[in-house]
Amino acid sequence: MQLPLALYIHWPFCLAKCPYCDFNSHVRERIDQRRFAAALRRELEWEAERLGRRRLGSIFFGGGTPSLMAPETVAALIADATRLFVAPPDLEITLEANPTSVEAGRFAAFRHAGVNRVSLGVQSLDDAALRLLGREHSAAQALAALDIARRTFPRHSFDLIYARPGQDLAGWRAELRQALGIAADHLSLYQLTIEPGTGFAALHRRGAIILPDDDTGAALYDATAEEASRHGLDAYEVSNYARPGAESRHNLAYWRYADYAGIGPGAHGRVSIGNALLATRRHRAPEPWAERVERNGHGSTDEAPVSAQERGREMLLMGLRLTEGIDEDRFAARTGLSLDAAIDHDTLVRAQDAGYLLRGEGRLRATGEGRKRLDALLTALVL
Amino acid sequence: MTDTPLSRIRNFAIIAHIDHGKSTLADRLIQATGALTDREMTNQVLDNMDLERERGITIKAQTVRLAYPAQDGQTYTLNLMDTPGHVDFAYEVSRSLAACEGSLLVVDASQGVEAQTLANVYQAIDAGHEIVPVLNKVDLPAAEPERVRQQIEDVIGLDAADAVLISAKTGLNIEGVLEALVRRLPPPTGDAGAALTALLVDSWYDQYLGVVILVRIKDGRLKRGQRIRMMSSGAAHVVDQVGVFSPRMVPVDDLGPGEIGYITAAIKTVADCNVGDTLTDDRNPATTALPGFKPSVPVVWCGLYPTDSDDFEKLRDSLGKLRLNDASFHYEAETSAALGFGFRCGFLGLLHLEIIQERLSREFDLDLIATAPSVVYRVHRTNGTTEELHNPADMPDGSVIDHIDEPWIKATIMVPDEHLGAVLTLCNDRRGQQADLTYVGNRAMAVYRLPLNEVVFDFYDRLKSVSRGYASFDYQMDGYEPGELVRISIMVNGDPVDALSFIAHRSAAEARGRSICVKLKDLIPRQLFKIAVQAAIGGRVIARETIGALSKDVTAKCYGGDISRKRKLLEKQKEGKKRMRQFGKVEIPQSAFLAALKMDA
Ligand SMILES: Nc1nc2c(ncn2[C@@H]2O[C@H](COP(=O)(O)OP(=O)(O)OP(=O)(O)O)[C@@H](O)[C@H]2O)c(=O)[nH]1
Ligand SMILES: C[S@@+](CC[C@H](N)C(=O)[O-])C[C@H]1O[C@@H](n2cnc3c(N)ncnc32)[C@H](O)[C@@H]1O
Ligand code: SF4
Ligand SMILES: [Mg+2]
Repeated sequence: MQLPLALYIHWPFCLAKCPYCDFNSHVRERIDQRRFAAALRRELEWEAERLGRRRLGSIFFGGGTPSLMAPETVAALIADATRLFVAPPDLEITLEANPTSVEAGRFAAFRHAGVNRVSLGVQSLDDAALRLLGREHSAAQALAALDIARRTFPRHSFDLIYARPGQDLAGWRAELRQALGIAADHLSLYQLTIEPGTGFAALHRRGAIILPDDDTGAALYDATAEEASRHGLDAYEVSNYARPGAESRHNLAYWRYADYAGIGPGAHGRVSIGNALLATRRHRAPEPWAERVERNGHGSTDEAPVSAQERGREMLLMGLRLTEGIDEDRFAARTGLSLDAAIDHDTLVRAQDAGYLLRGEGRLRATGEGRKRLDALLTALVL
Repeated sequence: MTDTPLSRIRNFAIIAHIDHGKSTLADRLIQATGALTDREMTNQVLDNMDLERERGITIKAQTVRLAYPAQDGQTYTLNLMDTPGHVDFAYEVSRSLAACEGSLLVVDASQGVEAQTLANVYQAIDAGHEIVPVLNKVDLPAAEPERVRQQIEDVIGLDAADAVLISAKTGLNIEGVLEALVRRLPPPTGDAGAALTALLVDSWYDQYLGVVILVRIKDGRLKRGQRIRMMSSGAAHVVDQVGVFSPRMVPVDDLGPGEIGYITAAIKTVADCNVGDTLTDDRNPATTALPGFKPSVPVVWCGLYPTDSDDFEKLRDSLGKLRLNDASFHYEAETSAALGFGFRCGFLGLLHLEIIQERLSREFDLDLIATAPSVVYRVHRTNGTTEELHNPADMPDGSVIDHIDEPWIKATIMVPDEHLGAVLTLCNDRRGQQADLTYVGNRAMAVYRLPLNEVVFDFYDRLKSVSRGYASFDYQMDGYEPGELVRISIMVNGDPVDALSFIAHRSAAEARGRSICVKLKDLIPRQLFKIAVQAAIGGRVIARETIGALSKDVTAKCYGGDISRKRKLLEKQKEGKKRMRQFGKVEIPQSAFLAALKMDA
């Protein structure tokens, strides 16, 4: 049976631009909330029209900083989506939130709007690190926001960024243990990445930021999995840890390469229409996107069908991020290629010998060692 | 401007040890005669290749025609040839000498006679040149012109009483050089009425003009529109343009005896042009060709392969064009199991090898892999046959080899007394045999016999470093001798990489094998799987290193929006990998090849 649709809604505004961030986020003196609310609703309508009334599995409000949205907008979009698609009673509805006091104050309203899961961008529990990351909040504010989240939402998660400049193993273990102590059943733990075009990229080039080397990065990564599992949170994806059953259903849809629709500036989608799988993309800049929606009903640009080979590559590069790996039958059904036609046999054998890949029971899986080297593994494995 | 009587022409080469100031003197002569205005001048203006300017050395000889109104009231035509000083470019010097009647022997008055001074002046004497010693850099506080004058007489046996003392840098006494040229060098001889004979001194490929040829006229006249014939290749062409270097290319109507200039003739076939050939008139050909040049004998060979195998034909074409401009380098097609189709190329030394590689990449936009440099061995088989071995990969199995001869050289090393000990140690470590040791003042001159294979890799660098840059070095080939030589094969994950195999003396084999494995371990980036690097002699492994797998390489965040970007990145990386050379499934970057092959003790 086909997996249900995942719906992503992008809010492209933030209070300030973090120096490490390359998301489609913009800082504006004033935001015309009503205009963007209307445009998002209109684009959702347009997308739903062509997709038909199919089953919906999750909604995700991402950003930018969607906790800056008016709660009424969130409520309206949720109502639209559940009307336009077939929504189960336990529909997962996540909202990304920044832990400043302003936003935490609106948690109740978001809950009331229908949000049942919140993902908080805590990033660090250390004030000096938060300053380094250019965050607008303190560790104390983050803890307070977490406390409200715990009391307000049935499910919550938070994000931390580690392998920061100068961070050592002992320091990270201590910070992580503190985080695990207050975590519920889900955490996203990302190693800091220098993204091109960001403030950090310029500093990095000048040598003003020095990241831990690969060996240290690997040690930090191993320690992370070890600490998390000691608290009952297992790595179910490269950077995501959860108690069994508490995984982000929405994000699983990406990694399982299910259909997902993307609404809002810069949002991407992969949606099946007829026999084709369409790669969709929205205009990135917020105002021009809104103009297009107002004019045409949507802000879509450059849509293109994804070929069988491309589908194979995409499913491999997403699926091997998951501990559960790839279901070979689903792979064939989704891509039109057998797994063996999509991967290099010789690399497969060598990677199995090296303990990077496991194949059996109808699945191909990367081990922990394999996931740690996934980018290099994929370049050799994927045909 | 071409009907200058022979008596008012002077053709001369500027020769010296490296860095003694040849090109700077050429600058001053160009300036003093007004060939270029001050505004047009740059330092070492004749060193016009980027490579020459970056490295501050002359690689190609260059010609300029100057007009000098002498003190005797007559205006003379001077053809100046600036030559390189480095031993690897000696072929440039010998060809230039053949086009001239005299030489300016430049000696740095603060350094004195060096190895290359000797080598070049003996060549000039052999060419029958009149030689004017010039003591340069007298502006330096350390200059000792009197001592150096004496040294020239003692060491070279040349009368230096009338040596011209100058500073090419400050321009001091340039007039003295010009007057000496006019008064002391002989004019060329030749017969304008005889059949044309012109020596093909140099050639190069110009994008717009095609092949350009530098000629020295002996007899007869060479005109635009004339049909000429190359006497050895037999190829005939109609001359499009005749000209001289001012130093810019300036067309003239014709060139007469004793003159030096260029021609273009819509020559498409690069192979038609061989330096040393004689040009004659197709309708009225000369009966005998000019003596020409001794062919250069490469002493170091290595394989050059395109990184992208699709570039093979482009490489062939580029080698042809480059060879036009450098007859001292040789090439022939070969194949390698690891590298595919490429060329085995012969050079006069390692600097020469490096320069050719650079020129191929810059002037022809080629990305190349070079294999280990090797000298030419003579393999005597048990069945009585002998073969020359240019490529270690071709070495036959030990069971069929009776013995191997290796080339030896006679090296002349000049070094200040305080560094002599270190230099002698270096020579002894390289299996050297001392032949002579004499002193000129506080400088020692050591003559050593050395196996060439001990010298080609990094001897020059080591010599410079142990003598703090004060030693100078020159060598000649000195026959072959049997040596205890073995081939060391390098294996990556068990697969031999033929391009990395090399031949060494048995006594050094293990140490070299170990050192190359250690180097490769440092140079080959960690990859997905661990890599074993081994060195072996015959079937016996003598060294082994393991390169561990890379420890971490994974994108931290990857959500719905990242898929297309990640896939495209993956596709790009796969493309890049396809073009990379794989050895036993291992990518060895070009830089690793180069560095691994630079041996040190
Ligand atoms: N002080 C001083 N320096 C000089 C003089 N003549 C040349 N030099 C310097 O010596 C260095 C070498 O000069 P070049 O003219 O390039 O020497 P070269 O003999 O042409 O060198 P190669 O072509 O590489 O053999 C440069 O740094 C010059 O500036 C001089 O008369 N006095
Ligand atoms: C959409 S982003 C940000 C959501 C929200 N605006 C915030 O800042 O909390 C989701 C997460 O990606 C992570 N992230 C963003 N840029 C990163 C980078 N350069 N390296 C590692 N993690 C990064 C952060 O942990 C962030 O919370
Ligand atoms: S990290 Fe979050 S808050 Fe910071 S700029 Fe990016 S999206 Fe906005
Ligand atoms: Mg020079």
